[in-house]
Amino acid sequence: MSETAPKRNISWQFLFTLLMFAFMYVPILILAIYSFNESRFSASWTGFSLKWYASLLQDTRLLSSLWDTLFVGFFAVSISAVLGTMMAVGLFKYKFPGKSLYRGISYLPLIIPDIAIAVATLVFLVSVGLSRSIWTIVAAHIVFCLAYIAVVISTRLSSLNPFLEEAALDLGATPTQAFIKVLLPELMPAILSGCLLAFVLSMDDLLISSFTAGEGANTLPMEIFSRVRTGVKPDINALSVVLILFSGVLAFTAEHLRYQSDRKKLS
Amino acid sequence: MATSTPPPVPLAEPSRLRHKFSRFIEPLVLLAPPGLWLLLLLIAPTLLILELSLIPGFRLGHSAGGYGLGNYLQIFQAIYLPVIWRSLSFAFGATFSSLILGFPVAYWIAVMAPARWRNLLLVAFVLPLWTSSLLRAYAWIAILRPSGVLNSLLGAIGLPSQDLLNRPPAVFIGMAYSFLPYMVLILYASLEKLDKRLLEASADLGATPQQTFWKVTVPQTMPGIAAACLLVFISSLGDFVVPELLGGAASMTVSRLIYNQFLGATLNWGFGSSLSMVLILGVSVAIALLIKYGDRDGENLT
Repeated sequence: MSETAPKRNISWQFLFTLLMFAFMYVPILILAIYSFNESRFSASWTGFSLKWYASLLQDTRLLSSLWDTLFVGFFAVSISAVLGTMMAVGLFKYKFPGKSLYRGISYLPLIIPDIAIAVATLVFLVSVGLSRSIWTIVAAHIVFCLAYIAVVISTRLSSLNPFLEEAALDLGATPTQAFIKVLLPELMPAILSGCLLAFVLSMDDLLISSFTAGEGANTLPMEIFSRVRTGVKPDINALSVVLILFSGVLAFTAEHLRYQSDRKKLS
Repeated sequence: MATSTPPPVPLAEPSRLRHKFSRFIEPLVLLAPPGLWLLLLLIAPTLLILELSLIPGFRLGHSAGGYGLGNYLQIFQAIYLPVIWRSLSFAFGATFSSLILGFPVAYWIAVMAPARWRNLLLVAFVLPLWTSSLLRAYAWIAILRPSGVLNSLLGAIGLPSQDLLNRPPAVFIGMAYSFLPYMVLILYASLEKLDKRLLEASADLGATPQQTFWKVTVPQTMPGIAAACLLVFISSLGDFVVPELLGGAASMTVSRLIYNQFLGATLNWGFGSSLSMVLILGVSVAIALLIKYGDRDGENLT
C-alpha cells in the first residue's frame, strides 16, 4: 500500500539540503553585495558604488602580488604536469622493488599538513644555503602540485583499456610513438583537469608560500592575509568577487573536461 | 671446489639487448625525476626537522647543543597542553559537525534527488571549494563581527546581539563551512553505490525508516563515513587560516604555535620542529587507524 502512495510531501532531507546550500552560498553572496556598498565601515547599506573595484586597479601592491601568484602557479603547474604524468605512467606500467614505498611517498604531500611541509622546506632551504626567492616558492609548490596531478591521472589510467598501447606496439610503433600517439591523447583530459586543480591549490596556498618566499616575492594569499587580519576591507570584498568569478570559470572548465571524457568513455 | 660452471652466456642479439636495456631504463627515466624532487624537497626536509626536533632549544645562528628529548618534553608543559587540546577539540568538532550537516545533504542528493540532477547538484554544492579558503574565512568575519551582518539582522528583529568573532564558536562555524564540501563529496561517492534494493527489502520486511537507516544504510556506508571523517579530521587538525582569522588571539592552535617558532617572535626552531613531528605523527596515527578498522569494516560487508 504505502509504496504506491504518491509522495507529495516534501521530505525534511530536501529542506535541510536547501538550508545547507544557503549556508554554502550566503557568505559568498554577502561578500559580493558588500563589494558594491559605498560605506567603508558599517554593515548597513549606504548606496551603490563601484569605487572599490576602481581602487583595486590602482593598488599596485595588490596587482604585483597577483602577478607573483600567477607566475608561481604557471611555472609550478607546467613543471608538475610533466613530472606528475611521468610519475603516474611509470607507476602504472612498471613493477619494481620498492614500488609501494614510492607510491606511499607520492601520497605524502596530500596527507602531511601544509604547516609541516612549509616548516620543513624552510629549514631545508636555510641549511643548504639556498637564498629564498620566487623560484623557491615554485619549487615548493611543485611538490604538492605534482602529487595531485599524479593522483588525478592515476585514476584515469586505471579505467583505461590496457591493450591500446600494446596494440600500437604490435602494429610496429616505437614505445615513444605509442606513448605520444596513443596514451597521451587518452590522458589529456585528466592531465588538464589535474593541472586546473593544482593551479587552484597553488593560488590558494598561504603557508608554504609564506615560508619559502624570498625578499620581494609576495603572493596574493600572503597579501590578502596581511590585510584581512586587521579587519574588513571593502576593496578585499571586490577582489573576492573577481577571484570567485575567475575560479568559477576554472571549475566550470574542469567539470566540462571531465564530462567530455566521461562521455567519450561511454561511447 | 666449484663444480657448477656458469652456463654459457648466449650472445644476446642486438635487439634483445636493447629490449632489456629499455626495460630497465624506461621506468628509471619516468620515475627518477619526480621521485628525486620529492626526495629532495619533501623527504630530506622532513628528516631534517626530525633531527632538529632532537636538539633541545635549537635556534638559528646559535651553537647547537647535544641531542635530547627536551623539545618533546616542552610540549607537555602546562602552557602548551591547552594548545594541543584546543587543536584536537577544533578538529573533532569540525569533523562531527560536518558529518551531522553533510550526511543528510549527501543522502538527499545521492538517494532521493532525481537521478539526472545528481551530478549537477553535487558539483554545485562543492563549487565553493574552488574559491580561496582565505576569502571564504574572511566572508565570515564580515558576518560575525560585532557590527556585522548577523548582528544587524538580529538587531532588526529585536534580538540581543551575539559576540561570536574571535571566540571558539566562530572557529567551529568557519571550519564546518570550510570542510562540509569535502564531507559531502566523499559521502556522496559512498551513498551513490548503496544498493537501493536493500532499502526496499528492509522496508518490505517491516522495518521502520529509522531501523532501515541505522541497520542498513549506515553500516553499508561505514567505509565512506570513516574516510570522509578522516579527511576532515586531518585537514582541520593542520588548518591555519580559519583559527587564525576567526579565532583571534585566544585560539592559539598547534599550526599557529609552529608558525610562531619560525616566522613569529619566538624563533625556537627545535621546539617548532618537535611540534611538526607530533602533528605528522597525529595525522599518521589517524590514517593507520582508518586502514586498520576501515578495511575490516569493508571486508565484513562483502
